[in-house]
Amino acid sequence: MEILSLLADGFATSLTPINIMVVVIGVTAGLFIGAMPGLGSVNGVAIVLPLTFIVPPSSAIILLAAIYYGAMYGGAISSILLGIPGASTAVATTFDGRPMAQQGKAGLALIAAAVASFVGGTISVILFTLFAVPLADLALAFGPAEEFALVLMAFTTFVGLGGDDVMKTIVMICLGLVLSTVGLDLISGQPRLIFGDLPGFYSGISFLVLAIGVYGVGEVLYTIETSRTAPSVTAAKLTMRALGEGIREMNKLWKTMSFGSFLGFFVGMLPAAGATPAALMSYGLAKTFSKKPETFGRGNIEGVAAPETANNAASTGSLLPMLTLGIPGSPTTALLLGGMVMWGLVPGPMLFIEEPDFVWGLISSLYTANVAAVVINIALIPLFVWALRMPFSVLCTVVLVLCIVGGYAPSQKLHDVWLIAGFGIAGYVLRKADYPLAPLVLAIVLGPLMEKSFRQALISSQGDMMTFVERPLSATFVGLSVLFFVLPVIKLVRQRKSKSPAPAE
Amino acid sequence: MLAADRIIALALMGLSIYFMWHATVLPIGWEEGAGPGGGAFPFWLSAAMLAASAIILIRSFISHPHEGERFFPDADAIPQVAGVAGLLIATIAAIPFVGAYVALMAFMAIYLRVFGRHGWTLIAILTLATPVFLFFFFEVTLKILLPKGLTEPLFIPLYAAFF
Repeated sequence: MEILSLLADGFATSLTPINIMVVVIGVTAGLFIGAMPGLGSVNGVAIVLPLTFIVPPSSAIILLAAIYYGAMYGGAISSILLGIPGASTAVATTFDGRPMAQQGKAGLALIAAAVASFVGGTISVILFTLFAVPLADLALAFGPAEEFALVLMAFTTFVGLGGDDVMKTIVMICLGLVLSTVGLDLISGQPRLIFGDLPGFYSGISFLVLAIGVYGVGEVLYTIETSRTAPSVTAAKLTMRALGEGIREMNKLWKTMSFGSFLGFFVGMLPAAGATPAALMSYGLAKTFSKKPETFGRGNIEGVAAPETANNAASTGSLLPMLTLGIPGSPTTALLLGGMVMWGLVPGPMLFIEEPDFVWGLISSLYTANVAAVVINIALIPLFVWALRMPFSVLCTVVLVLCIVGGYAPSQKLHDVWLIAGFGIAGYVLRKADYPLAPLVLAIVLGPLMEKSFRQALISSQGDMMTFVERPLSATFVGLSVLFFVLPVIKLVRQRKSKSPAPAE
Repeated sequence: MLAADRIIALALMGLSIYFMWHATVLPIGWEEGAGPGGGAFPFWLSAAMLAASAIILIRSFISHPHEGERFFPDADAIPQVAGVAGLLIATIAAIPFVGAYVALMAFMAIYLRVFGRHGWTLIAILTLATPVFLFFFFEVTLKILLPKGLTEPLFIPLYAAFF
């Protein structure tokens, strides 16, 4: 088995002392970030990214991936102890996790969430390992036309499957793409959209500035508004007996957990879907197929296991297209992609050929991150209970200070800090008006690739647009994009038809 | 909410037009044999954004979405959100003059006192520990110098000790 030897080489990288340390630090930080209400993996990665300059690039990516993982585990903690999802991905965990805590079974619920996350994470990392090489091989055949068509498809999934307001989604995609064009034109090298010759815009708008703005400052403003009363923390006692009971209980749930893992992994791969819908779907299906559906929502341990396996599996799933195709499956992986590009590690099939040590080091680190996360999660439960009592204003100041300094550090321009404040306030207002932020962040990360591949394809075809539909792979992606794009229209027509006898509103 | 929806749609339309105007500096048309010009991508995407936000605006007059909902469900939150945003802007504006350290310490102290209503002990610990961490993390370890403004002379002995 070639994969096994590659993976073994990867472990040689990920099991070096520095990388083990990085994984442990990343997972612990991620657990705390995930556990804090309001902060999720995407906020954590955005805020911590500038701090990762402290380790070498390959370790920095491992650190960010570990934070991503830890935050996925951590989200369940506040869902159970506070009844407030620690991150949107853990919404479904509140349904049964909170009732369990109120019945005095908080410890059991936390163990169930950690074990389920571990199962989901592990199954999906195995799937990831199996799919990575074939997908990267397929992507090797991609030219600029296929790259463009694939990016186009990624955006149209938001329109067709995103579930947000279609027009608002389109606005956000376009806004992100336009912001990505600020700076120097890729082909002619001339400045464009520099807004009255402001020198700060010549180097473009970094994805990081936008991400820190909307996910750092914007998120803090949003949380200040929505959670001003201190929630009550449920005490969780953790005994070895509860641990044993938890593992015995979880042993009965293999069917739910393996189903949740597969579902999460494949849903996670889609840019528009991801961990939140995957967790909700998994919860819904577990309830549907349960022999006792009426116990769901009243503290059924299966209702904790199902969403927690799926959201962890989805986070791994979203890493797969990011690493193999260079198309992120979620906003968090979009930030990872941006970070990798910043460090000169361009994701995509060539990475598997040029930097196998890095790729397999990262993949194997996902295995170690899972083990580290489940151990640290269960071991530190008393600490999380304590940390959740931390006043929110303390967390806010620390996050805002990190946003300002972290925004300044990469390019050392105060211009970027101003942009962060602007994006933060604008992002907060847009979010309140139901404009989705994920497509915006994905668009600014993918914008340069989209424009470059579009124009390169046209230059090599001498301006012939047919190049996008004459190549079979590209034609498939374009076809799917069209399908996703008209999906909302079809839905609308169907709704109209079923409603047509009713009087107009 | 309806009014806010309309104002935001209008603002986005204005932004699109502003982007389109700036994009026309480079050719926005099709160049024979080479595809679109340098300004085409931002121009036509801004045009799409203009169209989509115009639809949002027009739609709001036809179907009245979110009617009855309030943009701020809890009016008490407005001063707090606006206060934090204003404090953030003031802090960034102060950085070039008094330096990042003084500005951030003042930010933390004001925030924790006014919005968090914390005791002075906690405020003192946090406002003193944070700059020390920032100095050692960014300046000493990463060699990224933060702006110091007026406080630059105070750092000369520290530079001498750590660099």
